[in-house]
Amino acid sequence: MEEANRTEALNVSNIITAVGYPRLIICSFLLFLLISAALLGLPLGQLVSSILVRLGMNGILVLAMIPSIQSGIGPNFGLSLGVVCGLVAATLSIELDMVGLSAFAFSIIVAAILGSIVGYFYGLLLNRVKGQEMTVGTYTGFSVVSFMCIFWILAPYKSPEMIWPYGGDGLRVTITLQDRFDKVLNNLFAFKLFNVEIPTGLLLFFALFCFMVWLFMRTKTGLAMLAAGSNPRFAEASGINVNSCRIIGIVISTALGAIGIVVYAQSYGFIQLYTAPLFMPFFAVASILIGGASIKKATITHAVIGTFLFQALLVVALPVANEVVANNLSEVVRIIISNGMILYALTRKEAGGDEVEAG
Amino acid sequence: MDTKFLLQMRNISKEYFGNRVLKEVNLDVKEGEIHALIGENGAGKSTLMNILFGMPVIHSTGGFEGEIFFKGKKVEIKTPKDAMDLEIGMVHQEFMLLPGFSVTENIKLNREKTKHNLISRLFGSKLKSLDFKSMRKDARIALDTLGLSIDEMLPIAGLPVGYMQFVEIARELDKKNIKLLVFDEPTAVLTEVEAETLINTMKMLADKGISILFITHRLEEVLKVSNNITVLRDGEVVSSLPAKDATVEKLAELMVGRKIERVSSKRKRIDELNKKAGNTILKIEGLKVEMPGERVRGVTLEIKKGEIFGLGGLAGQGKIGIANGIMGLYPGEGKIIVNNKEIQLNNTASALKNGLAFVSEDRRGTGLLLDQPIDLNIAITAIQCQNKFLRKSLINLADRRSITNHALKMIEELDIRCTGPHQLVRRLSGGNQQKVCIARALTLEPDILLVSEPTRGIDVGAKKLVLDLLVKLNREKGMTIVITSSELGELRSICDRIAIIYNGKVEGILTPDASDKEFGLLMAGEKSRRREVS
Repeated sequence: MEEANRTEALNVSNIITAVGYPRLIICSFLLFLLISAALLGLPLGQLVSSILVRLGMNGILVLAMIPSIQSGIGPNFGLSLGVVCGLVAATLSIELDMVGLSAFAFSIIVAAILGSIVGYFYGLLLNRVKGQEMTVGTYTGFSVVSFMCIFWILAPYKSPEMIWPYGGDGLRVTITLQDRFDKVLNNLFAFKLFNVEIPTGLLLFFALFCFMVWLFMRTKTGLAMLAAGSNPRFAEASGINVNSCRIIGIVISTALGAIGIVVYAQSYGFIQLYTAPLFMPFFAVASILIGGASIKKATITHAVIGTFLFQALLVVALPVANEVVANNLSEVVRIIISNGMILYALTRKEAGGDEVEAG
Repeated sequence: MDTKFLLQMRNISKEYFGNRVLKEVNLDVKEGEIHALIGENGAGKSTLMNILFGMPVIHSTGGFEGEIFFKGKKVEIKTPKDAMDLEIGMVHQEFMLLPGFSVTENIKLNREKTKHNLISRLFGSKLKSLDFKSMRKDARIALDTLGLSIDEMLPIAGLPVGYMQFVEIARELDKKNIKLLVFDEPTAVLTEVEAETLINTMKMLADKGISILFITHRLEEVLKVSNNITVLRDGEVVSSLPAKDATVEKLAELMVGRKIERVSSKRKRIDELNKKAGNTILKIEGLKVEMPGERVRGVTLEIKKGEIFGLGGLAGQGKIGIANGIMGLYPGEGKIIVNNKEIQLNNTASALKNGLAFVSEDRRGTGLLLDQPIDLNIAITAIQCQNKFLRKSLINLADRRSITNHALKMIEELDIRCTGPHQLVRRLSGGNQQKVCIARALTLEPDILLVSEPTRGIDVGAKKLVLDLLVKLNREKGMTIVITSSELGELRSICDRIAIIYNGKVEGILTPDASDKEFGLLMAGEKSRRREVS
């Protein structure tokens, strides 16, 4: 029996199933792109550092999917709620005229607090619509982003860096962080290795959050959440309050989303308001699904691998496509990949699904 | 000789995943007779009917062996449509009615009468409109035959349950030329008066030359209405006799009959337990549980320390609801006292913290995290309820090593066959999954272990292992065990006392060496029915 298992494990088809077709296809496509990039004489060092930066800046947003998936809610399509909280926090730091790491730290803390509060109420909402979290989440996200468009106009911000230069009322669409906390993490302990710029601070910060989520999933509460997510009836029979587990999951997810957007903004160098957060959740959802997560099960590895593959593809595809077709295809590629991935994950059968049981 | 029989099923055998549920069953139904098919749950009645109707569940699990003759000719029934073409009708146990449609529409569903209109003349007969007038007339005739006075245009939703049953029957009657009508436990949901009407209707139909196959648990009805009786037990025909030779007692005995093991040693144990009487560990007073399909309507029981107590009875009578109610998985009311301490109802955590542990009858749905490893499955309830396996520090971090070590210990103790503590439970066989469930309950170190249907859906060899394990826990660790099971034989082989639940209440408590007849009568609810009459 054991021997049979061992020979089976060596089977090629088993390896393919273990890695998964989508990852295999994306990896080979990525490899193909990298080779073409080298052949076209594109600066590989620059491409690699760009991949690393984008891994760090998107990573936490993708990480935010883990608690929501583990608690049984599924991918958090309402991540925009967290994102707007993060944006409020970041604009607040500018309004208070803060600079550098302290401004960044302030934004992170306020973002986490706001995100937790909003997440709690969002969790209450999701507990009323069990089974339709994805649809409800998507539309909650859309509504909130639109609602925030009014907020950005009406909120009594005074900082001249942020408000429209002519009217004096309302925030601009894009706010630069140049004199605030632009790239504070990216440049922290940054060094160069073989022409590759390593954004040490950013990667460390991402790693820290990965570790914290990993740690949380191993606590009593984390395990309760896992049980509630994998089988709510089981969880109830074990004396676990399923509803509060779901709320904890979505609170953490929303808070991570809020922190994630601050990290994203510091790396990008700009805060983007109004409709910019509209499609943020979709890229995060697509990333973790590419990484091998399902809508029921996700791990840190899925998040890291997924973010890496998704971002690497975009970074490399853009210049290669520009060289070959001379048109900006990157955005199109991004949308095709992310929506295609979501569609794939929603339609595929759960691996190792239930066999038909005898009537 | 052959021509006398309308339906003959010859040497029918059926296996579900290596589990033999029917063994060379023969069933003969004469023309115009009422033939009763009786047996306990799991005796194979439903499987036999599924075969007769060519239900997909039969053919998707490898078909069956044996032959079916209808009107003397050999027939192949591959789909329900084939059965209908042969003029076999079925009144289902669960209603197959569309609630939003009217009585007429339900009776005429998919056999609607149509008439031509302008559009259908142009575009073909698919677009013909319904001829409601003549449909109503047909429905009326069918309903009148049954003596049912309801308006044929009423919607189904909102009708009393008994009426729905009659609408089902009316639908079958409306199919002209029906030759054989199967009633699958038609009186289970009816009141006494409705059941009476139904029985008269069946007699009337039989007089018209329609053969009736009648499946039921109610033994008195069987004697009242049927001409011949076939008794199934464990997938085998144990007896086929004319109704005039049968009595309720005899049928009960045939239905239940099993050899009982270890009767003599049992006696001694019971005496010992009686000596220690007064040591009540679990007291249930007036427990009512709203579990759909297994409603409990006021159960009072006292369970003694150190005994194995059985809860038996037929499906749907409420035995399953008792343990689920105690554990707070379904809303209940009443009083539960464990070790002289009242526990909160409707609060699972409170039950778990007060020395109760539960192995659910719904193994895959409630009992396991199928996509998690064995060790986590075993430990998680203890982690959540008793803070075991945690490294106490600033944050309560789970101690993976002690979880794995504990799982290894359990795997050895309970002999769980697996590749290791990190294997996903989904990959285990039914028997081993059940052992994981028991291991999880044992990890809580409970005073009382509630076990529901421990051997459901697992193969014969594993059944014995699981039962032996329960006995071992009881003898060696002195654990009190309350076991709920549909298999009376199983209860009688390991329990010290057995309560039979009927209609949500305790019908009676018996020792395992009581006669088959006594068990049969309690299970069929004959005792309380007699009490009502007198």
